[in-house]
Amino acid sequence: MFQFFTELKVDWMGLRKPFVFISIAILLAGLISAAGRQLTDGGTDAFNLGVDFQGGTVLTVKFREKPTADDVRSALNSVGINESVIQDSTDKPDEKLIKIPIIEGQETAAPAPAPDANAQPQGGTTGGTQVEVGRAKVKSALDTFGKEAAADQTLEQDATAAYKIVGTDSVGPVAGEQLRDAAVIATLLGMIGILLFIAFRYDWTYAAGAVIAVFHDVLVTLAFFTVFQWEINLSVLAAMLTLVGFSVNDSIVIFDRIRENMNLNRTASLYDLTNRSINQTMSRTVVTNGLLFLAVLALVLFGGEVLRTFSLALLVGSIVGTYSTIAIASPIALWWQSKIGRAEMKDVAAEKTSGEKLASASRRSVTRRPVTR
Amino acid sequence: MNSKSLKVRTLIILAVTLAGIYFVFGPRRTPTGADFTWAGIKANLEQNINLGLDLKGGSHLVMRVKTDEYLKTLTENNAQAALTAAQDAKLPVTGSNVVADGSTYSITLNLGPDAQGAAVAEEVKKKVDLINWTEDVSANAVSWSLPSTTQTILKNQAVEQALKIIESRINAFGVKEPTLQRHGAEASAQILLQMPGVEDPERVKNLIGAESNLMLMKIVSPPNPSPVQTYPTREAALQSVGGALPPNRRVLPYAERDARPNADGTQPPPSWVVVEYPAVVDGSELRDAAAVSRTGNEADYQISFSFKPAGAQKFGEWTGRNIGNYMAVVLNDEVKSAAYIRSQIFDQGEISGQFTKATADDLALTLRSGALPAKIEYLEERTVGPSLGADSIAAGLRASLGGLAFIIVFMLFYYRGSGVNAVIALILNMLLTGAAVVMFGATLTLPGIAGFILGIGMAVDANVLVFERIREEIRAGIPVSKAIWMGFDRAFITIVDANVTTIISSLILYLYGSGPIRGFAVTLILALLINLFTAVFVSRTIYGWLLSRNPEPKSLSI
Repeated sequence: MFQFFTELKVDWMGLRKPFVFISIAILLAGLISAAGRQLTDGGTDAFNLGVDFQGGTVLTVKFREKPTADDVRSALNSVGINESVIQDSTDKPDEKLIKIPIIEGQETAAPAPAPDANAQPQGGTTGGTQVEVGRAKVKSALDTFGKEAAADQTLEQDATAAYKIVGTDSVGPVAGEQLRDAAVIATLLGMIGILLFIAFRYDWTYAAGAVIAVFHDVLVTLAFFTVFQWEINLSVLAAMLTLVGFSVNDSIVIFDRIRENMNLNRTASLYDLTNRSINQTMSRTVVTNGLLFLAVLALVLFGGEVLRTFSLALLVGSIVGTYSTIAIASPIALWWQSKIGRAEMKDVAAEKTSGEKLASASRRSVTRRPVTR
Repeated sequence: MNSKSLKVRTLIILAVTLAGIYFVFGPRRTPTGADFTWAGIKANLEQNINLGLDLKGGSHLVMRVKTDEYLKTLTENNAQAALTAAQDAKLPVTGSNVVADGSTYSITLNLGPDAQGAAVAEEVKKKVDLINWTEDVSANAVSWSLPSTTQTILKNQAVEQALKIIESRINAFGVKEPTLQRHGAEASAQILLQMPGVEDPERVKNLIGAESNLMLMKIVSPPNPSPVQTYPTREAALQSVGGALPPNRRVLPYAERDARPNADGTQPPPSWVVVEYPAVVDGSELRDAAAVSRTGNEADYQISFSFKPAGAQKFGEWTGRNIGNYMAVVLNDEVKSAAYIRSQIFDQGEISGQFTKATADDLALTLRSGALPAKIEYLEERTVGPSLGADSIAAGLRASLGGLAFIIVFMLFYYRGSGVNAVIALILNMLLTGAAVVMFGATLTLPGIAGFILGIGMAVDANVLVFERIREEIRAGIPVSKAIWMGFDRAFITIVDANVTTIISSLILYLYGSGPIRGFAVTLILALLINLFTAVFVSRTIYGWLLSRNPEPKSLSI
């Protein structure tokens, strides 16, 4: 048998102070980065929000002969777009991502009575919101490099064309706000659902521990996103929700073991039981999370541009989620129990506190469901 | 586990597996020999799995119907009609006020001295439909306001009507398999349109949003042979009606599409005409409209239209009475052509001008489908070219297969014989999740693939939990046969708790999340439900089968 960590005896709960210190340090770094960026004159916003959440337009453009970012920027300047982000696609050498913010003041543009015979008959979309003008403006700027391939042809098929817009994401301010609100509401409700379920299956103290740990995970991941200025878009949100699921999953595996150990050994202190449970499940933690980490790493390396931010968020989350179960969820549950007199916090894992009786409320929470075979 | 229950379990697993294979790879018709070839299986797979726009390419548009504008226009028109009705009945009404600020919509008729408010209200209601409005009669005014419940109903009707019109427009345009539905909360007045395969939605967008408000109106002008009376500015036109616009007149810009540039290349200056309001007939009376070429020249199209019987009747009577007078073809509040009436016309008309074929086709199409109740604006547009979609599939597949291969190798290495058990459960989990996606007709999107991958992660975790537990029991000196069942029993609770927690949060995501998040939640929920079957039931049966051949093994390959 090839195994990891069969006989671990680590006093995890004794390490809670250094753990909390590490977490606070990361969160502070995130806070400083966010506040610093927000408050500095001319600085960026706290988070690099994608167009999904703040509105704007992103075009994925495939070029026959790729111009430099500066060329594209000056072409955009000439049509009145002064702020733009131009990136090379990391996995396709001939593609560029062009991101422009919300174009202000378009709502009031008066439709001039155009006597141009070939103009759209009063196009209906006069006035023009972000979604209507964003793509058209960038297209008019890009036309300085040559014409776009026809709508039904690829760049390869249309030999006279210089570029082709292969993807668009254009989100108006209203839709951006909607998506953002929906995301926040869904996440908070999801957490409440988790809280209620764990409270029902275990105990409020555990539910609080798990949910605070999840909050911690989301905040730490956000700290990474502000420090490194990775873009936050809808797929990052999906990744956050996934890591919430995994973090809770991890917490439950350990809580479950604590519950079982309590039942087997009613005289041991909760402090020791928690440590023992973490140690007993350590090999599962390492195998599962190791596999998750490696699978996510495969996504980061081979998943391509579209999945990149999603994979990065998961990568951070897979580490933080595992860490927080041991470093945050369990100590909080234990601390809370000690506050209400069911357990005792110790700073050194030594003195036996045998004979400590578990409160009756706690005994209710450890009732095992009958097992059928 | 006795041998009978083992047999029943094996049968259930076999049946479920076969059903899964059929759902994913089988055709939805009587199978033929071709369905068993590699190409046939591939074709069926493509047929069965419903790919999202982000994977197969296409356009995704979210638009909003400007319902406030709709109610504003409705209020203004009713106010005008009410005033006209009262004045026609020679009642002493001094003027009208309109409030349309987004929450209050009301019409007030100001009464002169010794007017009878009730009589005015009575007279107005004969002519104008104000049934759903709240009436308020006071000493010097009569007012009607729209209750908020009615506002909601009317807004909703406007969105539904817009939805129908947009549907007929995109169908006429020939978009294949479009999805058109209400989007978000009802009050948000939003419509979602998805068009697979449409890579550049510019023309469709213009078509959907195009206004097609056609009116035929009488021009205030001396009759033919004098030329039609035009004015160089709006002010001059207003001057001709005494400075203030009477309610039964309109001043409209006149931009003849036929107008050639002047000799020096400048455009002729726009002019203005005064027309009688309301229109003789409007777009709602149209029966048909078509783009026709006048000269065969690509850039020289015009639109001919015909009326429904009622409209033709009205038009015929009116033209009969007005021979020699000038009539304006008004499109979207702009006079497109002005011509004198040579003879009585019943049901035919045309909008002349130098339209291109495409613009004439689109205009004819929007005329046929009727006018939108209000303007629409676009809130969100996403397009994915087919190549980008194919790249995403390839990248997603590559990453998942890479991850999966690694997991399989690791499980076989770390858990040896039992690893085979885990791999079978894992592959079955993937197959059945795919089958469930097909069965529920769910759409597979990129986030959906992510949900799928995470479902696999949870399936691996379930196996790891069981195996680690069995190992622990064996280490504690418990005989192998007993250790297996204890491992399953103890891990089972953990697996259920963990899966149910994630299912709960995914369900909430599904209910409250938007498009991409929902796709993620659906596949994850399906994978987790199936996980409870594969990781526990199937895996357990395999061990049962192993123990039935050797009830008391000395050791276990784990």
